[in-house]
Order: sequence, then C-alpha cells, then structure tokens
Amino acid sequence: MEIQNGQSVSMSQLEVLPYNTFYSDIIGLMEEPTAHCVNYFAVPRDERLTLICCIAVNASHSIHVLRSEVGRDDKLLPLTNMHRAFHVFEREIHELYGLQFQDHPWLKPLRYAHDRANDASIYDYPFFNIQSEEFHRVGVGPIHAGIIEPGHFRFICEGEKIHHLEIQLGWQHRGIERLFVEKQKLLQRATLAENIAGDTVVGHSTAFCQAYESLAGYQLPEKLAFDRTIALEQERIAIHTGDLSAICTDIAYQLGNAVFGRLRTPMINFFQQWCGNRFAKSLIRPGKTNFPFTPQLADTWRNTIAKYKPHFIEMGEHMFDLPSVLSRIERTGIVPTTTARSLGLVGMAAKASGIEADIRASHPYLRYNELNIKPIVKTSGDVFARARVRYEEVLASIQNIERLIDLMPAADYQPQTELPLRPGMLTVSLVEGWRGEICHCAVTGAGGQLTAYKIVDPSVHNWMGLAMAVRNNGISDFPICNKSFDLSYCGHDL
Amino acid sequence: MLKAFKIWFHQGKQYIPDVTTTDVPGIFRGRPEITDAKVDEDALCNLCPMDAISAHPLRIDLGRCSFCGECAFACPGKIRFTKDYKIAHNTREGLIVAEGDNKPFVLDADSIRSEIRRLFGRSLKLRQVSAGGDNSCEMELNATGNVNFDIGRFGIDFVASPRHADGIVVTGPISENMAAPLVDAYNATPDPKIVILAGTDAISGGLFVDSPAIDRSVLKDWHIDLYVPGNPVHPLTFVNGVLSLLGRKNR
Repeated sequence: MEIQNGQSVSMSQLEVLPYNTFYSDIIGLMEEPTAHCVNYFAVPRDERLTLICCIAVNASHSIHVLRSEVGRDDKLLPLTNMHRAFHVFEREIHELYGLQFQDHPWLKPLRYAHDRANDASIYDYPFFNIQSEEFHRVGVGPIHAGIIEPGHFRFICEGEKIHHLEIQLGWQHRGIERLFVEKQKLLQRATLAENIAGDTVVGHSTAFCQAYESLAGYQLPEKLAFDRTIALEQERIAIHTGDLSAICTDIAYQLGNAVFGRLRTPMINFFQQWCGNRFAKSLIRPGKTNFPFTPQLADTWRNTIAKYKPHFIEMGEHMFDLPSVLSRIERTGIVPTTTARSLGLVGMAAKASGIEADIRASHPYLRYNELNIKPIVKTSGDVFARARVRYEEVLASIQNIERLIDLMPAADYQPQTELPLRPGMLTVSLVEGWRGEICHCAVTGAGGQLTAYKIVDPSVHNWMGLAMAVRNNGISDFPICNKSFDLSYCGHDL
Repeated sequence: MLKAFKIWFHQGKQYIPDVTTTDVPGIFRGRPEITDAKVDEDALCNLCPMDAISAHPLRIDLGRCSFCGECAFACPGKIRFTKDYKIAHNTREGLIVAEGDNKPFVLDADSIRSEIRRLFGRSLKLRQVSAGGDNSCEMELNATGNVNFDIGRFGIDFVASPRHADGIVVTGPISENMAAPLVDAYNATPDPKIVILAGTDAISGGLFVDSPAIDRSVLKDWHIDLYVPGNPVHPLTFVNGVLSLLGRKNR
C-alpha cells in the first residue's frame, strides 16, 4: 500500500502477502533508483511473525508499506543477497526471533539485544579474519580514548594500511524500543524520544510526535509545525558547527577546533534561551509545547546569528583554503557514489557521495513544503566532502530560519495533554535529522495500546559506509574518517 | 598566517573569567525551590515522567529529575526552578530537595575522603566511560574543556587511559553490555581513585532503571564521590561540583 510520510493506515487494510510475493514486490520496488528501505521489522503475532517493510521512493514522494506473515521456523530468502542495504534489518529480525535466512551473506549479531533469541555473548563476536603472515589485527574499544560512546572496531592491516574494518556494536543497548511500549504516560514516552540519541533530540522527538499524533488522528496546528521546523534547522546548525570543530581536532588544527568549538556555544545556548536546555530536551511534545517560539525569541535569534555568521564564514573560508587542512581531508576516506548507493547510505554521508538523499526534499513534512529544500550534494565522497556539506548546510539552515521567521503564524490552538491512539493502526514517520533520515514506525493493538515501536536512526544505514570508507587508508586516518561520519552508537544500539 | 592571526584577533576573549559566579543565559532550570503552598501533591507525583517527586512533604530527587519543568508549569506557585547550576553533591541524599529547603547546596565535608583534597587538590586527571549514555552528557563533558569553560585551567583534565587517571566519570544508565568494560576501566585506574556519576541516567538509571537491558549492580561495590545531576549535565554544574569536591572554592 502506498502512503505519505506521517500517514497512518489500518492494519486490516494491509494485505497479508505470501513471503514469495512480499520478496518479489520489494525487489520490484527497489528497481526504481531512488527507492530505499526506511524500516523493516517483525512483530510477533501468536506463534507467527508479521513482517512489515517500508520502502520510500523519493521520485514519487511516497512510502510503500508491505506486509507478510511467516512461521518462526520458516527458512526465508534474504533480501540482502539482492540489496545489501537490507542486511541490518534482516540481522535484527534474525537476532530477535531466530528467523532463518537461506545463504545469508552476513547474518551476524547486530546489537546483542537483551531479548535476543540466542545466548550469544557480546565478548564472542565472530569477527572476519584473514590468516596470513602479512596482516595484523588491531582492536580498538569498546571504550575509546576520547569522551565518546563505546563501540568496538577491529582492523585488519598491512603495515599502516587498513585492508578491512569490522564494526561491532551493541554496547549501548538500553532496550528503549520496548520501553516505548511499556511506559504508559505520554510524557514518559516523549522523554524517551529525547533520549534515543542525545545529539539528535529535536530530530527524534519530532519523528516521535509525528508518529504519535498521526496514530491519534491529531491535526497538527500550524504554529507547532512552525516551531518544530525552526528547531530542526537550529539543531542542524548547532551540531554541524560542533562537528567541524571536532574534525579540526582530529587533524590537529587548533585554530579551527577552538573557533568552531566556541561558535557552537551560542548556537546550543539559543536552545537554552528557548526552552532551558542546551540540547532542546523538553522542547518538543505531542499536541503542545511549553516553550512557544515568540517574536522576542526571533529577535534574540537574529542578534545571535548576526554575531555568529561572520565568524563562522571567516573561519570556514580560511579552513577550506588552507593546504595543511586540505591535504588531510581531501581524498581521505572515500565512499564512491556506487558504493554509497549499494550500501543504502542516507543523509549527510550520502549527500557527500553524490546522492540527493534528503527527506526534507523528497518526503516533505512540517513546513518544508514551503521552504523548497535543495539538497547540498558533493561528489568526491571524501572527508572533505562530508565537512563541506556541513559547512554549506549551516549557511542554508540559517537562510531557512530567516525565511521561516517571516512566515510566523499566530499561536491559536488548544494544547492537548492526552492523545488517545486509534486501534489497529500502523504509521511511518520520516524526519531528516542533521545526520540524515530518521524513521519511527508504531503499531497499535485492538485497544489502542502501542504494541510495537521501531526506531531507525540514520546511523543504522551508515555504519557500514564508514567501514568501507577507511579501506586502503592509513590507520592513523581512522579518527578523522570516523568523525566525518559522526555516527550515533546509542541511536544504533537503542 | 596573517589570516589566522586576523581570525584569532577577531575572536577576542571567549573564556568565562569566573566559572563559579557567571550567569547562564536564558531560562536554565537548576536547583528547584518548593514553597509550602497547598497543591494536589499526588497529582504532581503522577505527572512526573521520571518518578522524581514524592509527596508529604513534597520532595524532588535531582538524581532522578530530567529537569523538564513540567511540574513547575503545572504548579507554578509550588515549584520554581532557579538558575542555580551548583547542584552537584557528594551524597545521594544530598540531591533530594524538600519543601522549604531554599538554600544553596553544600557538600557534606565529613564524608569526603581526606586523601581526595590532599592528593588531587591541585591536579585531577579523569577517565570518562559512557555506559549507555545518549551522547548529550558526553558532549557536555567535552564542552568543559573548550575555550569557554576551560576546565584545564584548574588542573583538571580528561585523559585517554584509565591508567593515567585519578578517577572515572560514568555517564549513562549502565547497559548490561557495558557493565564488564566499565569494571575493567575502574580496575585499571590506580588507587586511590574517585568515582563521579554524571547525569540523571548514571545517578539513578533514569527512565531506563527497570529495563532488563541495564545492569547497575557494579555500583554497589563502589564508593561514589560525586553525583552531578542534569539531563544532560551542564558544564558549569560539572566544573563547580568537581571544584567543590576538591575544596577549591567555598561551595
């Protein structure tokens, strides 16, 4: 069935396809070059499993939702054999329910979820290995040298050169999807959404609200849509600025590190002025907000940006013109367009590799229809491209907010604190966070209770991109490659 | 080179001259104050998403609070969040603010181990471990070292190896999968060492406390020297908390 972003459908309207048809329909849909899988998951139903697959097609601005039902002992044909981007989803289904896929090329544990169907230990991951005198292995993590989240990286190197990198995640697993179903208060669920990935608070809370409000059949007031759009753009400015600082750190460029680092401060402090939290926690709530964007805040924002922008541009133009910076970031960590496409990369990483992947443009939501977003695309696929996309996106987001402020609607709506959900529904909510495409899917049962909540952070699609990017690079360039992707560990591990 | 100097010059002074007295911009929610106004306390307890509020008398546990401010919106005459960011304490009970407790936090000097100030008073190296943290606390701890907050000026630094550290800072509710690596990091830190829990998730488990994917049992065996509340921890809360622990300022 074909739906729009943020639309809900009744589960009873979704035809239950035999797995063979389900499989061939998906393969058929994927022939369209802009089609990609945004979510694919299983929901237990008595002794059987309901499979739900959501394929978004950018060209037609739509999402195809397919449903199948299989037995737990069935042996299925894996979609990964045809399209590699499906590997994460099939690995998750296998890990959680023990469902078998015939001749699956990479059916490894995904995140060692607490409710997994096997008793595999996270300390016993089946790493790919090469027996050779020429190669040596380097293990890094789960705890890293900086103040960042944990993940394990296993390199196979020849001297200094990386031949292969395998990334083992799951260390951050908190069981958050299950908590969405178990916690009954709306406020608890909204708080959970803010904690999916603390660097993408606005992105994930907006995706949550869009899903929740859609299931409740709630018509979003214009002013709330306006506020959320501003917040999403502001989050992009803040985090991209911080990332440019971190990229400078990893190439030991002290001036860029210090200047971008201090420029991030007024950007996240703007959120504090708006809602009392530097990461915008407590700002986005279904059906209401405690902190409406006001004309006074618009003035504060204009003044803050007037001081920020000239410094940001001065620093950026200097950095991207400096041979000692360029020699470290150009032609480092390349992901060619073909690789990016076959891995199904999304968001910033995809845009840096020549793919126009931006949900704001392809599946517009909130006020993005009016903004007419043109994705910023680079073709070199290297660290430079990923840094440059950030730089240009910051400037574009400033423009977007400037244009939005002129369109500020009046706040004439009744806040809602309770939103009863409609029974037997499924919704697909897509939001472009600063990192890329965020997808939340929710299913309600016969009593209107949540029965499944499935989250896909853009990192889920992009971690394999990092593993490919570092091949044939010096191992000393790994940190800069990693930072240029800046993927979320907790967003992946959930 | 000239361009670089120009940028340098244009930046001016960016550091906060006194991190113990500076004002935070906007509507920061720090130490709450609770009046004796009569309200439906059970309704407030039920409203709180974090189960941080208990009734008769009304108390807010900052170790559980997410600082969302919903309670203050519901009962503005009863609860008010002040801009006081000095909300770290060295005891777990010290984080509970009760009706009428309208005074700044002071550490419990008797329960600070004597070797802390003697050994680490002028130099403290910390190793951070994220155990299910959502990366907001991690980013704020990173920010303590940036040119604005510049925690390095006090001789306090985050280091790469636990073997170089005088203590560890834990963020996140402690996922089961990270419990063993966290113990490894703790054991690799030479004695005597301090332990700091940073953020609501680390202090109490937050919303994740009853998730089966969490394992907080390691904390039972450790002496916790400082609790730094926040969701995430504000850099000023962290800096001031550590300075208080080290006896580097009055409160």
